[in-house]
Amino acid sequence: MLPTLSGRIQTRIFLLAVVGSIWTLIITPVLPTGASLAASYGATFSVLLVVLVLGVLWEFLYHGIQQFRWEKDWPTLFGLLTGIPEGLLVWFLFAGGAIPWIDSLPGPAFAIHFVSTWLIVWLVANGPMRVPFIHWRINGGRLI
Amino acid sequence: MSESTIAPQHAQTPPQPGDLNDQLIASDFWTDQMLAEAGIPVVDVPFVTFGGGIGSFVTVDYLRICGVPTSAMRVLTPLKTPWESYEYLTTVSQIPRGERLRSDSSSCPDNIWGFPSYAIREALQGDLKQAWNVLVEPIFANYYTPRAGHAFESMEKEMYRIRYPEMVVNGQVRMVRRRVGGGYFTILTPPEGATPTRRIAYRSQWVHVAVGYPGLKFLPDLQRYRNEHNDYSKVVNAYERHEHVYERLHQRPGTVLIRGGGIVASRVLQRLIDDRDQRGLQTQIVHLFRTYVDRPHGTGILKRRKGADGWAYQGFNYPKSVWGGQLKQQVRKSEGEERARLYKEMGGTNTPVRRDWKEQLQRGRREGWYRVMIGSIEEMKPVGDLVEVTVNTPDQGPHTGTFDAVIDCTGLEADIREHRVLADLLDHSNAQRNPVGRLDVQRNFEVTGAQNGGKIYASGSATLGGPFPGVDTFFGLQIAAQEIADDLIAQGFAQKLGPGRSTSQWWKWVRNKQI
Repeated sequence: MLPTLSGRIQTRIFLLAVVGSIWTLIITPVLPTGASLAASYGATFSVLLVVLVLGVLWEFLYHGIQQFRWEKDWPTLFGLLTGIPEGLLVWFLFAGGAIPWIDSLPGPAFAIHFVSTWLIVWLVANGPMRVPFIHWRINGGRLI
Repeated sequence: MSESTIAPQHAQTPPQPGDLNDQLIASDFWTDQMLAEAGIPVVDVPFVTFGGGIGSFVTVDYLRICGVPTSAMRVLTPLKTPWESYEYLTTVSQIPRGERLRSDSSSCPDNIWGFPSYAIREALQGDLKQAWNVLVEPIFANYYTPRAGHAFESMEKEMYRIRYPEMVVNGQVRMVRRRVGGGYFTILTPPEGATPTRRIAYRSQWVHVAVGYPGLKFLPDLQRYRNEHNDYSKVVNAYERHEHVYERLHQRPGTVLIRGGGIVASRVLQRLIDDRDQRGLQTQIVHLFRTYVDRPHGTGILKRRKGADGWAYQGFNYPKSVWGGQLKQQVRKSEGEERARLYKEMGGTNTPVRRDWKEQLQRGRREGWYRVMIGSIEEMKPVGDLVEVTVNTPDQGPHTGTFDAVIDCTGLEADIREHRVLADLLDHSNAQRNPVGRLDVQRNFEVTGAQNGGKIYASGSATLGGPFPGVDTFFGLQIAAQEIADDLIAQGFAQKLGPGRSTSQWWKWVRNKQI
C-alpha cells in the first residue's frame, strides 16, 4: 500500500467501522465467550473500539517508520504483521482490567475475534477496497 | 511498430484535394469556412484522442466505464493495436512476451481498479507462488512483475469488451488547431488512397494527446560514430533492433561493451549471459558505468536508495509512492524549483534488484568474463571487423580497447519539439513547457494555455516534469486517465464513477461483459 498519514487513519477508521463491525456482528454469537449474547456483543465491540482508537495512535508510529523507506510505501506483509503487536497490546489491556466496563473476556474468544477481524480487514484493504472507491488508492488511502 | 509515433516525419507531398493550404498552416485559429475553402471534410465528435497507444487506450477505457458511448469518441492512430509501439520497444530491448516487465502487479492497463491484480490472476490460474510473492515483497522476495504477454493479452480482451475498434480511425495526426467559436480541429492524414481527400478534420470540444515518446535521442559519441563511419551494425542502441549482435556472437566468440546502468542494461546483460549459459558461448562482457554506485545513496537518512556493484536499485522507475502515496501528494503540491528538486532527488538511472541477475553477474565477475569500467566514451572508430573504443576514466585517464560490438543501453528521450504535433502545439496553440522542458500540464492533465471553449489534455512521457511524476508508466497513464475523466465528468461529458457505478462496472469486467 501507498498510504499518507491521513489516508492511513481514514482507512483504519472506515474499515474497522464498516467491515470490522459487520464481521463482529456475524461472528460474536459463535464465540466461546461463556456470557450472554448482549454481554458478548458488548465485549467484542469494545475490542473493536479499542483497536480503532489505539490504531489511530499506532498509525503515527507506522507513518514514522515508513519515512525510513526510500519508496515511502507500506509493504503488504507489514499490514498483516502489525496485527501481532496491536493484538497483544489490546489483549493485555483487556486481561489487565484496563477496560473498566468489561468484566472478563476469555482468551480464545478474543483471539478468534481479533485474528479473524484483522485478516478480513487486511484482505479488503489489499484489493476489494479499490472496487467501490476508485480514487482511494491514488489518494494515499484517503476517502475524503 | 509505428515509426510515426517514435520518429519525426518530414515527408513533403504535392498538393492533393482537401489538403492544408498556406493560410491554414500559418493561422493559430481556424474557422469552419477556412476548412470548407480548403476542401477538407469535417467530422464532428465531442472527444478525440490521438496517438492510439496505451495512453489513448486507458483513457478511452476509463471514459467508456464512465458511460461515454463509442459514438462520442474517436481514436486517431496509425497503430493496429494500442500496445503495438510498446511491444516493439520491449521486444527489441530484450523483453519479449514471455519475459517479465518492470511493472507493479496492480498496474493493469486492462483494469482501472487494479483488482484482481496480475499476481492474483496468476494465482487463480494455479500459480500460487505469485500470490505468495506479492504477500512478502519486497522484504523476502523481489517485486512481482507481470509477463509482457499477460499484459498484452489482457488488454486485448478489454479492447473488445469496451468496443474499442469501433472508435479507431486509421491515420496519422498532423496537427491540432483552435477553432474560432470554440473547440478544436484535429487534422488526420488517412492512409494513402483510403479517402477521397488528403486530410480529414475532426471538430471536437476535447482533444487528448497521447503520442508516446517524442523520439529516441542518441548520445553524441554514438551519433558521431555513425555519421563518420556509416556503421549501424557494430555500434547499436538497445532500443533499436539489434538481434544481429547476438547472432554474430553465436557464430564466433566476441567481446561486447555495454553502456548504461538501467533496466535495459540489465536485460541486455541477462540476454548475453543466458546465451552464454544456454548456447555455450564464450562472450566476454565489459560494462561501462558513467556513474558507479557502490552503496546506498541519497540526500539523507530518510532519502536513501539502495545501491551496489555499480547499480542504483529501485523496484520500479520511480519510488513506489509517486503512484498514490506520500510522494504523489508532495509533488502535486509543489511548484517550480521545489518540484524540480523533488524530481532530482528521486531521479537518476536505476534498475530493480533481481536475484537471477545478481547471480549471473557475480558468476561473471568470479570467472572473469564480466568486467566493469567507470568512465565515459571519448572516441569510437572501426578497426577491421571490430570497434576501437577509447574510454576516459576519472582516475586512470584514457583506456583503449577493441570490441566486436557496442550496445548502448542509455535511453535518452528527444526534445518534445521532435514530434511534429507537439511542436505545432507549442507554436500555434499557446502550449507551454514545464520546468524540465516538456509539455506543461495542470493537475487535471489539461495542456496549460490551450483552453478554447474546450480543453486539450495530454498524458504520457511528453508531460514528464508536471505535478505527477510517474506519467510514462501503465499506472501513471491510468492516473492521468482518472484525472482527465474527473475533469470531463465535471463538464458533463461522462457519468460520475461513485461506489455504486464503480462496483457494477467492475462486476461487468469480471464477467467480461461487453459495454
